[in-house]
Amino acid sequence: MIKIPQSVYDEVIAHALKDNPIEACGYLAGINGEVKYAIAMKNTDASNEHFSFDPQEQFDAFKKTQKEGLRLIGVYHSHPETPARPSEEDIRLAYDPNVSYVIVSLAGIEPDVKSFIIKNKTVEIEEIEIILES
Amino acid sequence: MKLTINGESKEIKDGISLPELLVIENVEQPDMVSVQLNDEFVRQDEHKGITLKENDSINFLYFMGGGA
Repeated sequence: MIKIPQSVYDEVIAHALKDNPIEACGYLAGINGEVKYAIAMKNTDASNEHFSFDPQEQFDAFKKTQKEGLRLIGVYHSHPETPARPSEEDIRLAYDPNVSYVIVSLAGIEPDVKSFIIKNKTVEIEEIEIILES
Repeated sequence: MKLTINGESKEIKDGISLPELLVIENVEQPDMVSVQLNDEFVRQDEHKGITLKENDSINFLYFMGGGA
């Protein structure tokens, strides 16, 4: 299970809507399965069907979270026109077995957010617990 | 010797090469990670020629990308 504060959940959806029709992407920083904040990343592919992170931005995010005692526990990206499930390309390129892969689909009337664990090309859906904030 | 690997201090055998270290760190596809050695990017074609030294700091991150 991945726990995401309501504000971060909303921020990720807002990022997806803002970049639409380009795929939005970013990291989720947190610890022990609980997200603390999202880090919007540049989609270097600038495509509605692909995304790639910029390696320098990746290291910048990594070092920032490390200084804060956090880790990069999740990666999110949007599917502007397809469902919230890992595509063949998503699975093929999911090299990091230690992160949650969160997908925001904008294909329906309302955004749909799902999380997955992908290890050795095997996909398991992961429960998202939204942490309500006062 | 002491190395700092992704922020964690570890004792690793002397004279280890960068590719050997990535194996120890369970990186199954080294060609799909970006590596920084002491905050400098290491090109893929340079990995083999690098022998790590005491107190080196190595960070590696997986390529992150996908489709739709």
